[in-house]
Amino acid sequence: MSIEAKDIYKIAAHHRFQWEKAQDCYVILFPEGMVKLNGSAGEVLNLVNGESTVESITELLSKKFTDAPNIAKDIEGMIELALDKSWIEKVN
Amino acid sequence: MEIDQKNNGVSAATTATQPLWLLAEITYQCPLQCAFCYNPTDFDKHTQNELDTESWIKVLRQARDLGAAQLGISGGEPLLRKDIEEIVIEASSLGYYSNLITSGAGMNEKRIDALKDGGLDHIQLSMHDITEEINNFITNTKTFKLKQKVAAMIKDRGYPMVLNVVMHRYNIDHIQEILEMAEGLGADYIELANTQYYGWSLVNRDQLMPKKEQVENALKVTNKFRERPGNKMKIFFVVPDYFEDRPKKCMNGWGEVFMIVTANGDVLPCHSARVIPNLEFPNVNDSPLKGAWYDSPAFNKFRGDDWMQEPCRSCSEKENDLGGCRCQALLLTGNAEGADPVCSKSPDRHIIDQAIKDSQNPGVEAKPIIFRTNANSKKIDKGDEKDRLAKFHATP
Repeated sequence: MSIEAKDIYKIAAHHRFQWEKAQDCYVILFPEGMVKLNGSAGEVLNLVNGESTVESITELLSKKFTDAPNIAKDIEGMIELALDKSWIEKVN
Repeated sequence: MEIDQKNNGVSAATTATQPLWLLAEITYQCPLQCAFCYNPTDFDKHTQNELDTESWIKVLRQARDLGAAQLGISGGEPLLRKDIEEIVIEASSLGYYSNLITSGAGMNEKRIDALKDGGLDHIQLSMHDITEEINNFITNTKTFKLKQKVAAMIKDRGYPMVLNVVMHRYNIDHIQEILEMAEGLGADYIELANTQYYGWSLVNRDQLMPKKEQVENALKVTNKFRERPGNKMKIFFVVPDYFEDRPKKCMNGWGEVFMIVTANGDVLPCHSARVIPNLEFPNVNDSPLKGAWYDSPAFNKFRGDDWMQEPCRSCSEKENDLGGCRCQALLLTGNAEGADPVCSKSPDRHIIDQAIKDSQNPGVEAKPIIFRTNANSKKIDKGDEKDRLAKFHATP
């Protein structure tokens, strides 16, 4: 599935995204599973909230990480992966 | 089960371990009498000294501080306790992803609503077969209709539905029908858990173990079902290790990510660790979980690979399975530090081959199943089943 600028995603039903202090990272929790997210993956999913478009997420993160030239592509890749793993679902 | 690579596949000696999963075996009482129960056969003696609600809440808080995020509330049958709702509320406020592992006995409309309101994330229901006959036979109770009813309740309340089916000789040939039933009930996940031989299932091993061809066929049917277009149900097939030639990486490594607190407060790295002699496990009544996890001799005993003997020590594959299961090694060979006899490199592999042979010739030694009851627990503890257990090096 191709990711479009106007797409909006949310954390999938039966999944929970949260910050884990003891692990110092974001995690996705679901039945029988837990995935620790690395820094950039966590940053992206933290903005996947059922309201923000991919475009606005990219804009926000480009301002935050000015030294990452391919950030739009990285974000798209992360959203593709999360969709493939069923961690997130499309809203619109 | 998926766990991040950071804690997976790395020798514990070089890993900063954290308990990510807490399993609360909150009571050993159970109205079902399943022949394959993994609970210890001496469970009856732990039914009089169960932790109270306050102690469980303390356990939840301490484990959460250590990093536990997945919580399984198990048993026995956890719903026999009146305080599950209270425990779920606390778990939810602490940020656990909580799972009630139940037979369905004790569930009703009022309780399932209270659990939902309290923040319970999912329910794992055990199912046994498509036939009432086999369900009632293997659990030694009339619970078939109850399970169907509870499955509908789980779905109705919008929980993710996880069905767990322990596979054995009596139901493994019904796997296609079991998958269809699960799909019909609207299951999101199904675990086809081939019996692992600990506790009561080891006592009844010769009666439960399927033939190799049955297992192979079950796997084939499962894969075909999984690959159908439009399949939405996630299917986990837990391979029976006796039919493999490498052991499982038991509990993802001893004291790596799993922590179990039993009904009486013992803190264990796996369900059956207490069978290993000369290991004293910490108890939450005497020591906080942090010390139990990081500093107790029992949790450090089999961490990493320093404890290994040959053939594991110099084995190029040792990181893959960390020598397999310590309890299985002890129960079947008498040496908890030896290779899991499932491994074809183990000098004791013949024990597994013999068990497979024995199970394929039910005529050789026809013995009745010993069901999981308090009375049978007392009997085994007293030594009444010595003959049957003589081939094992500890009481399972």
